[in-house]
Amino acid sequence: MSVELDVFVGNTTIMDKEVFQLWLNGYTVSDAVKVRIEGGIMEECEANAEVLLSDTMDQYRTFQMCERLLHHPAKLSNQLLFQIPPDRQAMLIERYYAFDDAFVREVLGKKLSKGTKKDLDDVSAKTGIMLKSCRRQFDNFKRVFKVVEELKGPLVENIQQHFLLPDQLGRDYAAIVFFASNRFETGKKKLQYLTFQDFAFCAGQLINHWTVGAVDNMMDDMDVDLDKEFLQDLKDLKILITDKDLLDQHKSLVCTALRGKTNVFNEMEANFKNLSRSLVNIAAKLINAKDVRDFFIDLVEKFIEPCRSDRWTSIDVNLYLTHYTNSAHILDTFKHHGVWTRYMGVIKSCILRIYH
Amino acid sequence: MPGKLKVKIVAGRHLPVMDRASDLTDAFVDVKFGNTTFKTDVYPKSLNPQWNSEWFKFEVDDEDLQDEPLQITVLDHDTYSANDAIGKVYIDIDPLLCSEAATVISGWLPIYDTIHGIRGEINVLVKVDFFNDLNRFRQSSCGVKFFCTTSIPRCYRAVMVHGFVEELVVNEDPEYQWIDRIRTPRASNEARQRLIFLMSGELQRKIGLKVLEMGGNAVVGYLQCFDLEGESGLVVRAIGTACTLEKISTLTSASATHPSNSSPSKDMKDSPQAAPSTLGCRSTHSSPVHSASGRLSQGFSVSVPTLLFAGMGSGGSAGKEAGPLKALLRQQTQSALEQREYPFFTLTSFPPGFLLHVGGVVSARSVKLLDRIHNPDEPETRDAWWEEIRQEIKSHAKALGCHAVLGYSESTSICEEVCILSASGTAAILGSRFVQDGPLDTDYRFEEVAPPGCGFCHIPYDELNIPFPAQLTYCYYCRRFKVPDVLFTTIDLPTEANVTGKGCLIQARLCRTKKKAQGEGNATAISNLLPFLEYELHTQLMNKLKLRGMNSLFGLRIQISVGETMLLGLASATGVYLTALPSPGRIQIAGKTPSDITYEQHISNMQKKINDTIAKNKELYEVNPPEVVEEMIGSPIPEPRQRSRLLRSHSESSDEVTELDLSHGKKDAFVLEIDDTDAVEDIHALLTDSPMPPGFYSCNTEIMPGIQNWTSAIQMFTSVRVFRLNNANLTNQGLNKIFSDLCENLLKSLYFKLRSMIPCCLCHLNFTVAVPEDELIQVAVTAVAMSFYKDQTLENGRQSGDKTLIKAITENDEQLQFNLELNAESSSSNPLSSTKGLSDVSGSHPSARAPPVDYSSFADRCSSWIEQLRLKAHTIRRGSVKTTSSLEKASPLPEGRSRSLQSNRSYSGSSVTVVKMTPLSFIPGAKITKYLGIINMFFIRETSSLREEGGVSGFLHTFIAEVFAMVRAHVAALGGNALVSYSMKECVFMENPNKNQAQSLINVSGDAVIFVRESELEATSVQPQSAATRETSNGGDGT
Repeated sequence: MSVELDVFVGNTTIMDKEVFQLWLNGYTVSDAVKVRIEGGIMEECEANAEVLLSDTMDQYRTFQMCERLLHHPAKLSNQLLFQIPPDRQAMLIERYYAFDDAFVREVLGKKLSKGTKKDLDDVSAKTGIMLKSCRRQFDNFKRVFKVVEELKGPLVENIQQHFLLPDQLGRDYAAIVFFASNRFETGKKKLQYLTFQDFAFCAGQLINHWTVGAVDNMMDDMDVDLDKEFLQDLKDLKILITDKDLLDQHKSLVCTALRGKTNVFNEMEANFKNLSRSLVNIAAKLINAKDVRDFFIDLVEKFIEPCRSDRWTSIDVNLYLTHYTNSAHILDTFKHHGVWTRYMGVIKSCILRIYH
Repeated sequence: MPGKLKVKIVAGRHLPVMDRASDLTDAFVDVKFGNTTFKTDVYPKSLNPQWNSEWFKFEVDDEDLQDEPLQITVLDHDTYSANDAIGKVYIDIDPLLCSEAATVISGWLPIYDTIHGIRGEINVLVKVDFFNDLNRFRQSSCGVKFFCTTSIPRCYRAVMVHGFVEELVVNEDPEYQWIDRIRTPRASNEARQRLIFLMSGELQRKIGLKVLEMGGNAVVGYLQCFDLEGESGLVVRAIGTACTLEKISTLTSASATHPSNSSPSKDMKDSPQAAPSTLGCRSTHSSPVHSASGRLSQGFSVSVPTLLFAGMGSGGSAGKEAGPLKALLRQQTQSALEQREYPFFTLTSFPPGFLLHVGGVVSARSVKLLDRIHNPDEPETRDAWWEEIRQEIKSHAKALGCHAVLGYSESTSICEEVCILSASGTAAILGSRFVQDGPLDTDYRFEEVAPPGCGFCHIPYDELNIPFPAQLTYCYYCRRFKVPDVLFTTIDLPTEANVTGKGCLIQARLCRTKKKAQGEGNATAISNLLPFLEYELHTQLMNKLKLRGMNSLFGLRIQISVGETMLLGLASATGVYLTALPSPGRIQIAGKTPSDITYEQHISNMQKKINDTIAKNKELYEVNPPEVVEEMIGSPIPEPRQRSRLLRSHSESSDEVTELDLSHGKKDAFVLEIDDTDAVEDIHALLTDSPMPPGFYSCNTEIMPGIQNWTSAIQMFTSVRVFRLNNANLTNQGLNKIFSDLCENLLKSLYFKLRSMIPCCLCHLNFTVAVPEDELIQVAVTAVAMSFYKDQTLENGRQSGDKTLIKAITENDEQLQFNLELNAESSSSNPLSSTKGLSDVSGSHPSARAPPVDYSSFADRCSSWIEQLRLKAHTIRRGSVKTTSSLEKASPLPEGRSRSLQSNRSYSGSSVTVVKMTPLSFIPGAKITKYLGIINMFFIRETSSLREEGGVSGFLHTFIAEVFAMVRAHVAALGGNALVSYSMKECVFMENPNKNQAQSLINVSGDAVIFVRESELEATSVQPQSAATRETSNGGDGT
């Protein structure tokens, strides 16, 4: 004796948020039923396990039928198969495209290729996120990447428009796409302490200030690529460290300004040349794609770690970078003010964000 | 050439990829009507083609306009090979033929393929121009309006109700033609779909002609069914009630929203109902045919809902004129009605004054052996079968002293070559003042004097003249007229009825095994089983009714489904406590040999359990009737009515008729004897019905007694379950339990699914059972869940757990028991009171009871059963004796029904029109401003990759969702935003998992309407014109 067929179809499609989440998390039907039973829903609604199983299977089936549409969220609003109220549609899309920070940290900056997808079981094992869920998240990244890759115009807006994502989620996806296309290294041990939101913040800074679209969004170029001209110009900043006079002058200006304002003044003074060299070298190397990938590891190794070992507080870092940036403008032989501001603005906010 | 059909193909979207190489499609469209075909250009390499074609014009007869569907085929152009079909859209253009309905079909319609399902959408524009307005009704019946709604549609008023119309067309089923062996499944399915579209068009046209003949302009309660008889053919049949309807003039209705009439918010049944009921203003109806435009211009005021009967025959296909039956008691009313071939009405709720008395449920069944239909043009056999049944129903009604049958419906169940035809209805007496022929003096004793709230409960017959062992008491409401103790009906609860507490769904379920047999032997076996099945269903119903402390059933629907090795019976109805009727007796349990103490203990435990359940139910449904002093009248019995016949199609003679009387002599107390295996089963069945979770109510009628304050949140749904019995050797009891559990579990699942809508009521719960294969049971449910406001009018806090209330109930209970004992005593003194009644003997005299069923010998048993069945039959009919006073006041219910509005979620962001669907005839909190036409669609879906489509559940889930989507799209294209009176009349599912195949057929119907939220209506009522014509609250075009 068995139930051979069991379906429920409402004129308005019924979707339970809780079950949807279980489905997204990759639970099997029977596991989902267990979770629901533990959640106490049976007592609440006078249901039994059979009813729960039937409901869960039915919901899962509905979600599977909807998944096709969720791949193209714009379709969801003008398809005819499911009558779903708009607020529900928004919820479905938002939750479907939501991702786990733990997961995204694992694939951030990696090529969204089949190879990476094959390794997802390792990611799953490492993060404790179910493989099914990992695959969905990965496929979402890849799908967004593919669509946006070829589009002109601002990255965040493109994503929001095509995938009907809420503001914050759209920005996060922009970060993921940006990282994936520039292949930033984020997986090194030294970078492990950084959260996805740290990176997303930095990505936002880079997108807003260092890409072609940042200077001229009328350009038919994209937000995904860094501004090559700017990267070229960054080489000119080398003068700050190659010219001995300029370096000394810069140091004295900074030290004058900092004296008495911080507890780690001595360390700052002692490290000035090293730090300045690091920052300028990072800038000068960015023209090479390979060095772009190492951008974050360089920042951490060459700037953040020395500061941290000298026990600078983030206030100290802020103070130092502010004066370091501003003093350069006072140098009489230094001509590259525009490039310097554009470079240091991003560097400063990135460092401040990831200095913790 | 009286008509010109114009079609424009605008665009397509979401098309499937047909060319793997380019991942695109080169689509073009074939537009076909009759034998004419037009083609659009190929729109190359796009999944969202913009054809923007010219207007394709078809010049056609209006007959073809009615019969033929417009067929739109989307294809992929292929230079080197044959063009691939993407899918089709069938458009029924009937709504465009009536100028009161839709004027244009415009919008995105799903492109459907029987193998792949929905494959994108196409945007079309369809219009019809008539050349000649005057003669256009000559050959055809264009302009006759069709409604599925089984009451007078809101925004219309009935000028006249003419009566029964029926028609039947047969054809060979393309699935079984020889050519089917060589054509593809797709071609076969499409041939079938197209044929059924054609047949329903033809059927509708023929029915329309009959309506015109009778002088009507509309069919209400239109019920169309398919019988898939397999090898022997395909039958499409329809019944309905011909009426002359008059649109409540737009001006009046718009301005009349503030006065209580014509606003459906205050009047859930019909718009005329709330109109002041003054007599004598009868509109005469001269011209049988109206051009609809002409009708619109007639500025009728919303005066009186005058109903007139046309005194002509229904003009049935056989053209048979039943000789006028000379009745003695019923005078002109009756004779006028009886001149008609069948005085049947498919309506279930009526304008005031229409219904006077109800005689009870009448039903007839007949088992037939199917034979190949030799000549499709002369479907005489099928016609003759139905005629027999109808005659039987008619004679049942007559024997009950009634001249009309209301809430009439017909159904079939087919298994291999055996077919059970069933018909049922409620015998009734209609108001004489509605008979057309001549002004009649009303000589009904009860008329004009009986209060409207109870008048319909009063027995119509003279209790001295009818030998009827019923317990009659004086009406508990007016104390003046006699009422029966239990009422069974197939109609909806009249709005004016006085009801105590709330109603609830009551189901009797039964499963009986049957030996596999062939041909005549099989038919005989089935017809032998039928009476027992029916008897037991009634016993169950009666017990369950009593267990809930109620005394009447409305909307009774008994479905009997036949399989190869079993018969399924499912009876559903809504139990109600009618204030006018006496309180039901207790259920008492007795042991046969009260010898040992533990045994008695056991019995008393059970008794206690039952009593507790009754008490709990009374509390739950707020059944706390006012106490009354009781008087008893020993009463007569009418002659047996329930018949079950076996008439083989070829043998004319088999006239041996088993007369069944299903009446239980006395109703005051049921004694269930637990020595008796059947009684054990009964008790089991009684107690296994799990209670509904708090916050839920259910009914299978249009309205739920006791709940009025609906919110606007409604959710229509269909749920289907198929259950496999792996265990071949099941006893009847075992089967019964499985079947009952199946239904119970299904209900539980529904409650769980819909928990977010609490407090809510599942209305119009419609169960359909089938035995698709040997060991399969299929149950399909369609209903609408409607939320209501918990803490408003009429809701006396059940949740508050009011102690005093409970106390009051128990007190009442005691009071009633006392009364019942009085009842019982007087009835047991009545010699006619059946001592044979199975298990019903007065509670106060258990010892005097006759043994329920004697199992000692088979013959005895049979005879006594038949005896009991016979008795029972009376109950069923007698069950619903009604009297309706002609002087109806506006009922108290509609007035209390001021539903406040809940601002619905705004769907404005969506580009797709939201279309509500409901099996009810109204939408809570909204006013239906226009009926756009009938939607009647038939789809077939087949797959040969069942596993890949998610197994049987995935397959059927997708299909049902697709059907809903197509229905919504067609409603939206007509400019509507809701489908009311929706029903899924057929849902056939067949599978062959070994071959990875499955096939399903679904037939749905309903009325497409435009509704306006009451809040919006108030806002716009300042400008009446725009309110009436412009308002399509969600915007009609789906573009």
